[in-house]
Amino acid sequence: MADIDTGGGKKVSTKVDMTPMVDLAFLLVTFFMLTTTFNKPQTMEVNMPDKTEDNKTMKVAESRTTTLVLAENDKVYYYTGTENPEVKLTNFSESGLRKVLRDKVKTVKDPIVIIKAKKESRYKNMVDVIDEMAITGVKIYALVDITPADLELLEKAPY
Amino acid sequence: MAFLLLTFFILTAKFKPDDPVAVDTPASISDTKLPDKDIMTISIDKQSRVFFGIDGQFDREKMLEFVAGKYKVGFTTDEIKQFSLVSSFGVPLGNLRQLLATKDKAKFPQQGIPCDSAQNELTDWIAYARYANPKLRITIKGDVDASYDVAGKVISTLQEQNINKFNLITDLKVKPKVL
Repeated sequence: MADIDTGGGKKVSTKVDMTPMVDLAFLLVTFFMLTTTFNKPQTMEVNMPDKTEDNKTMKVAESRTTTLVLAENDKVYYYTGTENPEVKLTNFSESGLRKVLRDKVKTVKDPIVIIKAKKESRYKNMVDVIDEMAITGVKIYALVDITPADLELLEKAPY
Repeated sequence: MAFLLLTFFILTAKFKPDDPVAVDTPASISDTKLPDKDIMTISIDKQSRVFFGIDGQFDREKMLEFVAGKYKVGFTTDEIKQFSLVSSFGVPLGNLRQLLATKDKAKFPQQGIPCDSAQNELTDWIAYARYANPKLRITIKGDVDASYDVAGKVISTLQEQNINKFNLITDLKVKPKVL
């Protein structure tokens, strides 16, 4: 290498230490790589039943259907079937709704879950309940509007 | 090599679009990523106000022209230009002009887009946005504490237009172990 003669006979190296610069460069590369991939928000796809089409009604066994009613203060009411059902209360904890749904999946073949939400419930409840479907593996579920009959049923519930 | 990568990442990194609303999304186990273009976002914030936004400045301009035509509101070219820069807004059409005239848009009190059965402007925005860009993917970004009352209205507004497939924006959470 060409070294500069400083005159005094002392040889001074002209090489620059590149290590800190390369360190920094790699640090920035990693930073940008991570931020670009984590930036994208996650989504959950929802398919709703077609409202406009004349729904062909299909008879299913009462025991297959479970109705979940999302109510205020993160409460969930649930009942099986439609004819004078016994309304029970649960919550979003692991031993609550998840256990209920898991039991359903285990005992009933192809359970159908109908989700109804009261106006007082939160958006989180809706997302949570759809999420629970994915967790417990309930394949058939639908989000439908609540009817006055449902509200009446809840009124009569002993909770 | 490292510098090439570095420049690449710096250039491709997109700045996060400024959102007028802070929305704390609920978590789900779904880990599908959202594509980065052709997105319509309907945000519902903590106070259950509805905000609406699409990406693509050109599409925003087209959408505003359609809506202006329907409601017989004339916007100046300057206002249309301003509108194309707004990523998300939450005012009734009557107040939109005031919002566009405001310099600091974050300070403007936005009351949300009306979406109840008496006056549903949201449905027009959705319809004309899809008209401007048919490839739009519809996403709902709701706050944890947004009431179902409003969320349900937004969903039924979508369903009235026969949109039965949409995405909910969520945070990621770890899938619990199967018992």
